Amino acid sequence: MSTTLLVEPSAMSPARRVAGAVLRSREIAVAAVLVALILLTTLKNPSFLLSADGWRDLLLTPSLLLLLAIGQTVVIVTRNVDLSVGSTLGLTAYLTGKLFVAHPGLPILAVFVIGLLFGAVLGMVNGLLVSLFKVPALVITLGTLYIYRGIFLTWAGSSRINASDLPESFNRLGSQQILTIPVLTIIAAVVLAGVGYYLHTARSGRELYAIGSDPEAAQLYGLPVRRRILAAFVISGAVAGLAGVFYAARYGTVSSGAGYGMELQAVGAAVIGGVAIFGGSGTVWGAAIGAFLLVTINRALPIVGISDFWQQAVVGALIIAAIVLDRVLAARQERRLVAAREEARSHA
Amino acid sequence: MPGPGAAEIALELRDVAKSFGSVAALRSGSIAVRPRSIHALVGENGAGKSTLVKIVAGVHRRDSGVFRLHGKDVDFGSTAESKASGVAVIYQEPTLFPDLSVTENIFMGRQPLAAGRRIDRAAMLQEATGLFERLGVHIDPRRPARGLSIADQQLIEIAKAISLDASVLIMDEPTAALSGVEVDRLFAVARSLRDEGRALVFISHRFDEVFDLCDTVTVMRDGQYVSTDAIADTTVEQIVARMVGREVAELFPKVPAEVGDVVLDVQGLSSVGTFHDVSFAVRAGEIVGLAGLVGAGRSEIARAVFGVDGYDAGRVTMAGRSLPKHRARAAIRAGMAFVPEDRRKQGLIVEDSVARNVGAVIRRGLTRAGLLTARAENRAAGPWAGRLEVKTPALDMAAATMSGGNQQKVVLAKWLATNPRLLIIDEPTRGIDVGTKAEVHRLLSDLAGQGLAILMISSELPEVLGMADRVLVVCEGRITAELSREEATPEAVMHAATAHVVHAAEAAAADGGDTGRPATDDNHQEVTA
Repeated sequence: MSTTLLVEPSAMSPARRVAGAVLRSREIAVAAVLVALILLTTLKNPSFLLSADGWRDLLLTPSLLLLLAIGQTVVIVTRNVDLSVGSTLGLTAYLTGKLFVAHPGLPILAVFVIGLLFGAVLGMVNGLLVSLFKVPALVITLGTLYIYRGIFLTWAGSSRINASDLPESFNRLGSQQILTIPVLTIIAAVVLAGVGYYLHTARSGRELYAIGSDPEAAQLYGLPVRRRILAAFVISGAVAGLAGVFYAARYGTVSSGAGYGMELQAVGAAVIGGVAIFGGSGTVWGAAIGAFLLVTINRALPIVGISDFWQQAVVGALIIAAIVLDRVLAARQERRLVAAREEARSHA
Repeated sequence: MPGPGAAEIALELRDVAKSFGSVAALRSGSIAVRPRSIHALVGENGAGKSTLVKIVAGVHRRDSGVFRLHGKDVDFGSTAESKASGVAVIYQEPTLFPDLSVTENIFMGRQPLAAGRRIDRAAMLQEATGLFERLGVHIDPRRPARGLSIADQQLIEIAKAISLDASVLIMDEPTAALSGVEVDRLFAVARSLRDEGRALVFISHRFDEVFDLCDTVTVMRDGQYVSTDAIADTTVEQIVARMVGREVAELFPKVPAEVGDVVLDVQGLSSVGTFHDVSFAVRAGEIVGLAGLVGAGRSEIARAVFGVDGYDAGRVTMAGRSLPKHRARAAIRAGMAFVPEDRRKQGLIVEDSVARNVGAVIRRGLTRAGLLTARAENRAAGPWAGRLEVKTPALDMAAATMSGGNQQKVVLAKWLATNPRLLIIDEPTRGIDVGTKAEVHRLLSDLAGQGLAILMISSELPEVLGMADRVLVVCEGRITAELSREEATPEAVMHAATAHVVHAAEAAAADGGDTGRPATDDNHQEVTA
């Protein structure tokens, strides 16, 4: 072995390394699929993108799932999962309506804050159960999925919130645009940027990845595993609560089916966006693009003329393809890393 | 314990006890480590060393006894607390986050921060590069930890511990997976840390390293403190005797057995990039040692022979019948057994009971109407566990809770239950203490005596020389020498193992290897280099 220091691949220039990483990144791949889908659909029906409504819907419709996918990513990264977000969303949406019915003069900002906090409380229940009892999150949140939905059903019964129950300004918010970009989408993007920034640059954010990568090592390392997992669930709940307020603003009507099944879409969006289901890797950016893709596919396929059944199947195929792709890429990367090690050994 | 005032002692434990349920892992552990000292802690596996380390690290809380750091009583409830008090621990098995970069692994939880409490990645990378420079490590700090060899992972653990700037540094068998050059570097760093006034605890089963590096040695046995001596005033024989409580006359009692027919015949086996044109035979009653440097391709050859991996060319024949490639099941049916290197991950289902593990391969034969009962498993496992003296109170105990030596016996029992004709065993005594080591060796010798053919891979030269009837030396994927027991001297094996390297210096070092100490293996470092 030579004694000179050789930190091998650092010979590559930083610009090239960054370029290589970006080109290989999952986010870019999914974004390319999304762009291709939008272009194809627009060719078939130009109003999909080029009309004012088309443009607005393209950006506005995914905003709900976008929020849920952000929260879901934070949880999945820690090797957990939050299946209760659909119920949280529904319950919060109904709460929003009820608040306006009881206090018509309530400032809209206050309602947003209350929705966020309410969701955070529901998320905290999940987090406490998961981190205290060390029961798999899959089981706990499957339980709270039904419990939250049950509370919602008992509370709402057969009644529902109608657009007429909500203040006009709140309803308008659901379709309001700033520079043609819907306000709800802007808020979702701000949340996305905030959470993404946090996960990338904060110690506690990186610790979430560490915990998901190897929970036992995290424990040995002295990381505050319980606290971090609790926080991840609180974030997920809070974001789902915010999505609930969005739901009320966007659709105006809230019946007991609100948010039904959205938790699985959120998991799907995260997985498509490259978030490893066993934790430790993936970004909210990827999950956000995944959410966009999922929603846009559902809207685009009818336009392209594909039947209902196949729409579902396409989404399913996409999720499976994403996971298979992950496995193949992971295996390839592992081989490459092992090869790099061998190389280093024989050259050293 | 003898010693000066408490103020001069960096780490002190006195009569510390710890039980898990009814099992006393540590009865009365004591150690006093001074600053500016490298203190060896030796003892058989199960002697309580690791428990002691985990108490110091804050993983476990002691039940009783005195625990002082720099003269102050402490009681750590978590690893975070011990870290904050300046204790760094390198565990036996690396604990890295595979998805994160090497740099992040080193600084997780205490990354350098820039304005607004954001992680300063540039500074972090720079610090990591500096650490690696000091350690002479050849790893890209940006790459993910996934895919790194155990040796590389161990080096990262060391970098991590050093970056903590701890006043007390504990290393639990840090050299087990390292090559000679890497060990030398680690020792150089350890010495410089000592000279800076830190206290180091070094746990190792390799006495040459203990005597090379440490100034003081504390011996433990059966969860109890036995003795503390200055290295200069003691000998390997004394320490070994204290560890096992008896004089170890012979460590490797291979009894010559009658050699029978060829059981395994390998012809021209090749796999692109790993090994080339490998041919050899193993006969009944014979132990064939597969020696060579770590990474020479020995384990890969064994895996291909057993059918876990495929190969590109060649033929594997068991007792005259050719075996299909990449079909471990066919190999097992033909009477092949394989004890892998990593017993925790590949040899055992660690969460399962002893009985279930022993019955794992033969479970098909234990079923009645397709159902497998615990009773059938226990009935099948009992005799084997008994024969191999697996020291566990009950067959339903989880394998994870057992010591390395006992786990190895369980793996052996699992395969012996299949009545194999050929046993391939990869690093039979890695991480196993001296006493159990001898037991495993005696067992292998007995098995060969009963007509079992054994192919043994080992990186420990004394083990190969002591156990094998014939030694095959592998170098860069090729068999470079076949040596009979008489021909197999440390020099001959090493020469063949490094056939591609110009190695005047190593040869000179090997000539200096002494003969008086059965437990030392001065040649070990070269062999694993």
